[in-house]
Amino acid sequence: MAGSTLEIKNLHVEIEGKEILKGVDLTIKGGEFHAIMGPNGTGKSTLASAIMGHPKYEITEGSVLLNGEDVLEMEVDERARAGLFLAMQYPSEISGVTTSDFLRSAINARREEGDEIPLMKFIKDLDKDLDYLEIDQSMATRYLNEGFSGGEKKRNEILQLMQIKPDIAILDEIDSGLDIDALKVVSKGINKMRGENFGCLIITHYQRLLNYITPDFVHVMMQGRVVKSGGPELAHRLEAEGYDWIKEELGIEDETVGQNA
Amino acid sequence: MAKKAPEIDEYKYGFRDKDVSIFRTERGLTRRVVEEISNMKEEPQWMLDYRLKALEHFYERPMPQWGGDLTGLDFDEIVYYVKPSEKQGRTWDEVPAEIKQTFDKLGIPEAEQKYLAGVSAQYESEVVYHSLKEDLEDLGIIFKDTDTALKENEELFKEYFGTVIPYSDNKFSALNSAVWSGGSFIYVPKGVKTNTPLQAYFRINSENMGQFERTLIVVDEGASVHYVEGCTAPVYTTNSLHSAVVEIIVKKDGYCRYTTIQNWANNVYNLVTKRAVVDANGTMEWIDGNIGSKLTMKYPAVILRGEGARGNTISIAIAGKGQVQDAGAKMHHLAPNTSSTIVSKSFSKQGGKVSYRGIVHFGRKADGARANIECDTLILDNESTSDTIPYNEILNDNISLEHEAKVSKVSEEQLFYLMSRGLTEEEATEMIVMGFIEPFTKELPMEYAVEMNRLIKFEMEGSIG
Repeated sequence: MAGSTLEIKNLHVEIEGKEILKGVDLTIKGGEFHAIMGPNGTGKSTLASAIMGHPKYEITEGSVLLNGEDVLEMEVDERARAGLFLAMQYPSEISGVTTSDFLRSAINARREEGDEIPLMKFIKDLDKDLDYLEIDQSMATRYLNEGFSGGEKKRNEILQLMQIKPDIAILDEIDSGLDIDALKVVSKGINKMRGENFGCLIITHYQRLLNYITPDFVHVMMQGRVVKSGGPELAHRLEAEGYDWIKEELGIEDETVGQNA
Repeated sequence: MAKKAPEIDEYKYGFRDKDVSIFRTERGLTRRVVEEISNMKEEPQWMLDYRLKALEHFYERPMPQWGGDLTGLDFDEIVYYVKPSEKQGRTWDEVPAEIKQTFDKLGIPEAEQKYLAGVSAQYESEVVYHSLKEDLEDLGIIFKDTDTALKENEELFKEYFGTVIPYSDNKFSALNSAVWSGGSFIYVPKGVKTNTPLQAYFRINSENMGQFERTLIVVDEGASVHYVEGCTAPVYTTNSLHSAVVEIIVKKDGYCRYTTIQNWANNVYNLVTKRAVVDANGTMEWIDGNIGSKLTMKYPAVILRGEGARGNTISIAIAGKGQVQDAGAKMHHLAPNTSSTIVSKSFSKQGGKVSYRGIVHFGRKADGARANIECDTLILDNESTSDTIPYNEILNDNISLEHEAKVSKVSEEQLFYLMSRGLTEEEATEMIVMGFIEPFTKELPMEYAVEMNRLIKFEMEGSIG
């Protein structure tokens, strides 16, 4: 089998009675890197959280299928074990739980009881990924995200990505708040995941990240919908010209979700 | 609910062995019962006199009207003394097989096998197995059950017994002073330090039997000791009472750490008085874990009476269905430059109630004293409650006191984060709880930390609705 397929069809999502997503269609296959771009407030992060099943978001219409299975019927942890992963924009701090204990639990959550990852293998793999992401070894014994700088949190999210090896990952503004060196390292980690068994949806509002990660598809979100899709050249045009030309094309004045075309 | 909460009859350690006792007193507390206990133990007259004075005080003293509900406690229904077997086991081989099986079921081997030679384990009221590691003996450390210490080290015993917690301290110290049996006695001579923790394992086994152990620890000048005690109790249908007294004396430059994990069955009243006095530059640390019981009232105290003395208390309290944990700490700063920290971590679930109740007192002479209190509570559901009741008494202007209290619920964001990595809601909650009490578990010896994690896991089963 050549990777998984995540199909998002006509997805409508509300928060506290307010509609944020107004019919999103998107299909991500193993081997593909998709980027979703768009200004702030257009529903990009809502899409990420809704796919993963954050309890705050209510799906009012549409479907999300992973290899034909109804993701929306699954609990958050079932979605994760089915192969989804969300690198969060603001990862929670978990006091008293070390990064390595957490990672081992997350890895073992995907394995049968009695078939837990051998400790030595875990440590070896972890050390390798820490080195690859140029993260100090001490992070393994620090409490998860507690007292981490913004950059450390993002690197830690990518560390988790590399360790957990999901089929489809959604990266929600993984580039925000990163300096150029950290951005390169984070991109290096994501690129290492490339392969026919890994699909990725990268959410960003800067083209900057896409200088280091070349997407196969670029989508633009406005007013809670995907309003334009194209190849990597679309990202370059956005960098050069901004979003105004798309708004003009579509006759949009305010691109945020509160507005309708 | 996905899983059923552990009910009383499913309580993990709720098995019950055939009663092997050879002697027990009649039910109820009379002068005759106290005389019989003292007689059975062949005690000196002064101890009998002390017990009888304490008994009088117990009769006179009213029941406390604060803390928890004690109305279910019937002193006439309790057996005050049970002697488990004819003589005290000197070596492990001599310990009756049935008793050994009980220890096996408790899963203490992790803690025990390694330190077997140093374990003092209390089964019912008497210490049945007690052997001292040779290296401790060579250092001149006395570590024996309290009854034996009274026989063999009477002078030393008499010098300190009842000096930290007089029988008149409270109703339950009076009760304990009247009927005490077993417990540990430790004396660490001047300048002697040991890194091997001294361990005892306590357990109640006889229905309706109170456990009134009495522990006395004396750490002489510049000496250092770590005492570890863990408790589990089987379940019975009627109420049991555990009412211990622990007295500790830490002399100049001495250090004492007292680690307890108590995991009582859901029908045990756990009413314990623990107090230490600390001389100049000495340190006392209470590491105190309270799980289970119907009602726990326990406030380990440190009296910092010498200049520069230090006191630390780190405690956790866990209250589940039908349980009340009224626990906390007391720090009395009576001398200059004394310092103390209190870290209290508690969580309640399934309608349980946890209260932090504590006192920090600064006397007139406490110039430059410092205290730091941190109370964190984690509430797992909407039925459970918590309370923080701190008393601060300040009679000196030149002190510093910091108090931080936090009540939190397991947050939706944290759960979402952990579950998005594949952990079930139960596993995620358990991880957050374990992390929450980590400041406590990291202070435990390895074997106990493992056991503690197992207990918490067990406690958490069925907590997620």
